[in-house]
Amino acid sequence: MKKTALHDLHVSLNARMVDFGGWDMPINYGSQIDEHHFIRKDAGMFDVSHMTIVDMKGDKVKAFLQKLLANDVARLKDAGKALYSCMLNEQGGVIDDLITYYINDTFYRTVVNASTREKDLAWINKQAEAFGVEITERDDYAMIAVQGPNARAKAHQALGNDAEEKLGDMKPFFIREYGDSYVARTGYTGEDGYEIMLPEKDASALWTRLLEADVKPCGLGARDTLRLEAGMNLYGSDMDETISPLECGLNWTVAWEPVERDFIGRTAITKQKEQGAKNKLVGLVLQGKGVIRNHQKVVVDGLADGEVTSGSFSPTLSQAIAFARVPKETGDKCKIEMRGKQIDALVVKPPFVRNGKSCL
Amino acid sequence: MSNIPDELRYTKSHEWVRREEDGTLTVGITDHAQGLLGDLVFVETPEAEDTFSSGDDCAVIESVKAASDVYCPVDGEVIEGNEALADAPETINHDAYGDGWIFKLKPEDGGAFDELMGHEEYAEIVAEEDH
Repeated sequence: MKKTALHDLHVSLNARMVDFGGWDMPINYGSQIDEHHFIRKDAGMFDVSHMTIVDMKGDKVKAFLQKLLANDVARLKDAGKALYSCMLNEQGGVIDDLITYYINDTFYRTVVNASTREKDLAWINKQAEAFGVEITERDDYAMIAVQGPNARAKAHQALGNDAEEKLGDMKPFFIREYGDSYVARTGYTGEDGYEIMLPEKDASALWTRLLEADVKPCGLGARDTLRLEAGMNLYGSDMDETISPLECGLNWTVAWEPVERDFIGRTAITKQKEQGAKNKLVGLVLQGKGVIRNHQKVVVDGLADGEVTSGSFSPTLSQAIAFARVPKETGDKCKIEMRGKQIDALVVKPPFVRNGKSCL
Repeated sequence: MSNIPDELRYTKSHEWVRREEDGTLTVGITDHAQGLLGDLVFVETPEAEDTFSSGDDCAVIESVKAASDVYCPVDGEVIEGNEALADAPETINHDAYGDGWIFKLKPEDGGAFDELMGHEEYAEIVAEEDH
């Protein structure tokens, strides 16, 4: 199994380690619910070095990304700005979802999922050829996500004396170079914070300084409940290559204008948009006891069955929540088939929680 | 390494069983099992006078990660389910062998307890699973 630069530190912190797409990663350091609350209320950190950082350089890199992505990098006017997008196949299915950072006119950086690394790199390289864009995977970087209402202040303390001065005024969804590192004000939790990309050799020292600044180590278990509460999709659960952005709640990430921009998958999803997608992704809140699990059946009176794509327990709301793909006519109520019983659930529009507060 | 008290008996499905002075049995899940499940968020305990055979599912525990059945270790009648767990399922995570007990049982056959696995045999099962 692959190990990140922080692996030994996780083991020394008594993390429970699991196989996460071929990586030996911490699922929790004791209690994933406690870790969830650290991030909602104070500050916690994740080792996300398993994620794949890909640098894209060349004179035609902007045109290349306008072809590759369903969202439009032309929206990135200011250096350092980030954009969330889907990368589609010709059929309009989602190959992956990713974040692209606009560093300068000949240099963009993207972060793609760990579980899709090989196919993403193959696809990106194939499309890059025609544009003469140079693609470099940055596996020499580690990545630490520091998240929570106090995350940035504590991260400044750990990063260095000039961090507050150099990073303090950075707006959400931007990235900035800091020494040998890149610090992005992005995340996957619904809280403020940073994702810090830094040379592998420096990762242990920063992690240790973050611990000293009272940032709690958090595992990928908490990361999953945080992103679900925050209404953020997980690739492989909520969408895959057979699902278009219109069927997984990501319509807002598709840049339909300008109409002449010919991104991959445009023809297929335009047709789907005109005909109307059959299904939609919704949020569910269980009205009884139990925990909603992936793949449970969603029953709506008079309509075809739906399916839970991400189900779990919300530590902030103390009840079970989920994303589910259901027929587009679904109203505000449904039933979920759980362990042989049908339990009532409310249909809501995610997110469930933002910046520590319930959205219900 | 998980905690496996000497004085208890165990099942392959990770229940622990304690014989009380009056001959009744108290049942819970082991420290190893709670560790595998992670943070518990719901527990459904059996009710008094429910009767079960050995191996019947008689309680449900759900963690953030997974749902798991609890199996009755021997034939018997439930005396009491631990209702306090409904509001504080995490008690099992913190005190699996104490306040985290799940139900008390009157065994049909007083000798059935002695047939259950001892701590050494259970420790071997746990060790095998850890590899």
